[in-house]
Amino acid sequence: MKCQHCEKPATFHITEVLGPDGPHVVHLCEEHARAMLSKESASPVASIAGALAKQLKLGGKGSPETETKECPVCGISFFEFRNSGRLGCPYDYTHFEKELEPLLINIHDSSVHRGKQPHRAAVSADSQARLIRLRREMEEAIEREDYELASSLRDQIRQLEDAGKS
Amino acid sequence: MLRDQSFEDLAGRCGEWLRGTGPESDIVISTRIRLARNLADFPFIRRCSDEDRLSIERTVRARMDKIEQLATVRYVDVEELSEVDRQFLVERQLISRELAEADGARAVAVDPGEQFSVMINEEDHLRIQVMHSGLDLDSAWAQINELDDLLETTITYAFHPKYGYLTACPTNVGTGLRVSVMMHLPALVVTQQIDKVFRSLQKISVTVRGLYGEGSQYTGDFYQISNQITLGKTEAELMQQVAEVVPLLIDYERRARQHLVQNTEKDLHDDVSRALGILRTAKKISSEETMHYLSKVRMGVNLGLIEGVEVNILNKLFIHTQPAHLQKLRGRLLGSSDRNIERANYLQQHLTGQGKRESDLN
Repeated sequence: MKCQHCEKPATFHITEVLGPDGPHVVHLCEEHARAMLSKESASPVASIAGALAKQLKLGGKGSPETETKECPVCGISFFEFRNSGRLGCPYDYTHFEKELEPLLINIHDSSVHRGKQPHRAAVSADSQARLIRLRREMEEAIEREDYELASSLRDQIRQLEDAGKS
Repeated sequence: MLRDQSFEDLAGRCGEWLRGTGPESDIVISTRIRLARNLADFPFIRRCSDEDRLSIERTVRARMDKIEQLATVRYVDVEELSEVDRQFLVERQLISRELAEADGARAVAVDPGEQFSVMINEEDHLRIQVMHSGLDLDSAWAQINELDDLLETTITYAFHPKYGYLTACPTNVGTGLRVSVMMHLPALVVTQQIDKVFRSLQKISVTVRGLYGEGSQYTGDFYQISNQITLGKTEAELMQQVAEVVPLLIDYERRARQHLVQNTEKDLHDDVSRALGILRTAKKISSEETMHYLSKVRMGVNLGLIEGVEVNILNKLFIHTQPAHLQKLRGRLLGSSDRNIERANYLQQHLTGQGKRESDLN
């Protein structure tokens, strides 16, 4: 058998157990085997984003409803989150709670915060989520050139922002 | 806060993280803590429009301006900076690569002593960071906790009663805390023990990264030891996880150094002396090669195999020979091959006059 990367005979048969596509075998000559193994040990031992990606894959694909479920505040779908590993807004933690809970336990071995608490009570998570949603709707209205709606949304945003300041 | 877009005054200085003081400073370079925070009434960065980013930057700047204790803080608009200036801040560890390379409105606030910085519009709206020389977890935590409280007097953070401080990436949720202890571990590298050590750390939720964070290479034998999880434990418990590992690593590194001295003294002596020779006489040298040899010389000095070279000069050279610093110190933009020549000049200038005073170095 020839090496997968050159004409030399393959003397190393390495079974990759933790590869991205599950276990698979590679056949390599000594030189390429050495290159592959040294590359592996030189790569960072544990990247946090990598760990997350692995966790996301572990969960497997969810049901079609889960995948297309969208956050009413920022509009991100669970599918988009799975692909990027980044959530869209604070309200996602509430909206996708059922989907996120097992993921958090996988990553942190817990899903309950036990650390510091803010001193100030937030005005109300609802009004803040509403602000995010209104800003998004205003931008969409401007894009559609629906300026009447945009200006009414802007007034609502200002009102909410002013209420938050006091 | 003071608006400022130039850092000529910083270039000649070493920066907190390589000041080289504090307990165990021959092995522990610095202690860094960061907190990830988000404003409650904006989407996370990835979902932000350009207007959102601008509003966040303006809001945070206006709120921070109201805080009396931050009056002397330098506020830098990162979007407006040239590439070399951004790189300069990355090299000093005042901003992350992510912030340097991101798009849109973004900024950093830095205190005059370079002990803390607040990045605005990184992966999270706010990344608060405190950096102390040597091993100094308790006072670094005291400082960042106070800074976090100060910011919270004017900014409403996204917080969930069950999940804690909410972050764009679920790997940071809860405390938003990342403690990183930067260590210089050349003997564990030479004796090929380092991978074994790191594999055992992974099992106890402690992670290892290179000099410039996630995904970066292990440059100059510098390693950052950090907590892996952020949720379900208190800040004190998370710091404790890292604090327990550091003395073990110090002990392993010291034993590896002793082993090298006892069993291969001539080899080791030869190796570190050659490294110094190359740094002193090379006519062109890359920044990677420089880090590699500076690391050897630093170990040689710490083991008493090299005399007449001060550790704090080496610490300065680690940072001054990096691309953006070199260009700042030389006062002009240089291409890669010119930099290699200038770097060799710079090293020669600062390593041949042995035992030069620190104030001579700029």
